[in-house]
Amino acid sequence: MLTYFEFIQEYFPALLKGTVVTLEQTALGILVAVLVAVTMASMKMAPFFAIRWFGIAYIEVFRGTSLLVQMYWIFFVLPLFGITLEKFTAGFLAVGLNLGAYGAELVRGGIQAVPRGQYEAAVALGFSPFTRMRRIIFPQALLKMLPPWGNLLIELLKATALVALISVTDLMFMSKQINSTTFMSAQAFGTALIIYYIIARLIVTPGMRGLENRLARKLSIG
Amino acid sequence: MFDWKWDFTIEILPRLLDATVNTLIAAGLGYLIALIVGLIFALAQRTPLRSVTFIVRELVEFVRSTPLVLQIFFVFYVGPQIGIRLSPWTAGMIAIGLHYASYLSEVYRAGLDSVPKGQWEACSALNLSVRRTYAKIIIPQAIPAVIPGFGNYLIGIFKDTPLLSVIGVMELFQAANSIGAETYRFLEPYTLVGLIFLVISLPTAMFIRRFEDWVRGALGMKKLYAKD
Amino acid sequence: MEEQHFPLSLEGDDVPMVRFMGVTKRYGDLTVLDALDLDVADNETIAIIGPSGSGKTTVLRMLMVLETIDEGIIYVDGKPLTHMEKNGRLVRASSSYIRRMRSNIGMVFQQFNLFPHMTALENCMEAPVQVLGMSRDEARQRAGDLLEMVGLEDKMDQYPARLSGGQQQRVAIARALAMRPKIMLFDEVTSALDPELVGEVTNVIRKLTDEHSLTMIMVTHQMGFAREISDRICFFYEGKIAEQGPPDQLFDNPHNERTAAFLSAVNEAD
Repeated sequence: MLTYFEFIQEYFPALLKGTVVTLEQTALGILVAVLVAVTMASMKMAPFFAIRWFGIAYIEVFRGTSLLVQMYWIFFVLPLFGITLEKFTAGFLAVGLNLGAYGAELVRGGIQAVPRGQYEAAVALGFSPFTRMRRIIFPQALLKMLPPWGNLLIELLKATALVALISVTDLMFMSKQINSTTFMSAQAFGTALIIYYIIARLIVTPGMRGLENRLARKLSIG
Repeated sequence: MFDWKWDFTIEILPRLLDATVNTLIAAGLGYLIALIVGLIFALAQRTPLRSVTFIVRELVEFVRSTPLVLQIFFVFYVGPQIGIRLSPWTAGMIAIGLHYASYLSEVYRAGLDSVPKGQWEACSALNLSVRRTYAKIIIPQAIPAVIPGFGNYLIGIFKDTPLLSVIGVMELFQAANSIGAETYRFLEPYTLVGLIFLVISLPTAMFIRRFEDWVRGALGMKKLYAKD
Repeated sequence: MEEQHFPLSLEGDDVPMVRFMGVTKRYGDLTVLDALDLDVADNETIAIIGPSGSGKTTVLRMLMVLETIDEGIIYVDGKPLTHMEKNGRLVRASSSYIRRMRSNIGMVFQQFNLFPHMTALENCMEAPVQVLGMSRDEARQRAGDLLEMVGLEDKMDQYPARLSGGQQQRVAIARALAMRPKIMLFDEVTSALDPELVGEVTNVIRKLTDEHSLTMIMVTHQMGFAREISDRICFFYEGKIAEQGPPDQLFDNPHNERTAAFLSAVNEAD
């Protein structure tokens, strides 16, 4: 039996490789989630019924079913419709599409939390709806929604672990593989848990807090 | 639909519905564990013992910040390593229950914190006992604040039950996997699984929203919170 | 269409700057404005007074088109505001038409509504740059002049959170003026201020009436100030003008018993 130190020495490169893939999946997943969130929130707030309906349906469907089911659907069922995605792409896409639906509600909540007087002042000054959103409402909404986005990104990081189930070689996948060759389960899964925790607490959370402070300074409020 | 086979759909539907019962049992059991352990976690953080507060706080943070699927593997495989053989169901319930307990402990905490400080002070001023303070004043006011959280995590745990399939718990998603492996047809089983989830979670979410309104109304708190 | 009996535009020598014709506004069962007729002449300053819930503020919000109109029509400078001409008929104004017409009007709010993420100067520059397409240099020049006019030349680079209520409201006045409106609306602009800060805001408004040719409509609870600077006072009661007239007549010799009762209640409170 290996000591824990020997275990780490032996399997550190593999875990590191998996960690890099996890970080890639997370980064790309965030990108997709942000795009989806802004698009779907805009649609849900659109003045036209059909567009609004699409936004609502998207959000409800993606929040009403499981990420794992969605991921399998994208990976195994979409090819039947002629859309074949590589597992790596299917992975972060599923994660982003799913978490983006939750993000859309955060975007909408942030926009609605901007006081009504701000809309009215902008209307009274004659801003077009687009400029009003871009220059007045969204910057204020952004600051309000960053803290809940911090939590959402942790959820997103955790959600990327599911890509291992369609054989993307992320941290989860690597720890599973090490477990099945060494049977050192506590070491393999425990180390992976600690790495996830470190990413969450030492990268995602401080990163979001930094972003929040920078934005608050830039907007000089809060 | 493209290659949708209705006879196949009808053939596999009973099997999927059977597995749905398992999914609901898993979600219910896991939630029950989470409710109890979550309360313990929350109360442990309100004791005067700083070390207990610190340890529980860190544990909750750790569980919340790491993937549930990895925790399921951990509980299932580490047990035998230290001589405890857990069935997939037991391991799965422990993992998912603990995971959601850490979320629910935050909901409990936020609920208690949501009651204005003035209410505690008024209770002290009126010389109410701690028990009465909690039972008659604090908890009734905390309830409306916690219902959305409790409701969301109930739906959350339900949607996370497919993760139990990774250690072979025969729930809805695992049933779809088996059908896929046997028949090489994925369209119908995975689509049906999605639909079943939707059919259960959407009305539940709606019901929870109604219930929240009703509780607020019943407690005469509609006005108090209407502006939020 | 119902609007047919309204003229497409107002012609003649004495076209008012603002004309309300039969304007009705309802919220559900509640009628806030009841077939209101009101003319405001170019360069005139009028004050709207009355008990709360009498529809005073709604007059301003209708004129700024922050509310939709249920019946009637509003003209600004002879042209319809809430409606527009289409094939010789009046139809509901499109949002772009309203935006164009709104540029004649500036509004100052009770709660200031300054943009919290912009400095005083940026608050005053934003709309001229984004809406009028003015160059930043020119907008900065104009904003600077206006902030100097309201006595805030040393606060230009401060964010609203760093300013007192009175200072914020003066920035809000400068911000509205930066769009060069013909009409200025003041919606209880001193109500949210601590008493000692009211004077600095009323002084600015006084200066505006003295030095600028603006049509001004203000809703106010400050009877003394209303009397001092207005050409005319309108007393609102239940969505209608119960009485209007020159300040001295209305305050000293009200004809309507509602006006008399309101004024004596206000005086007692003071």
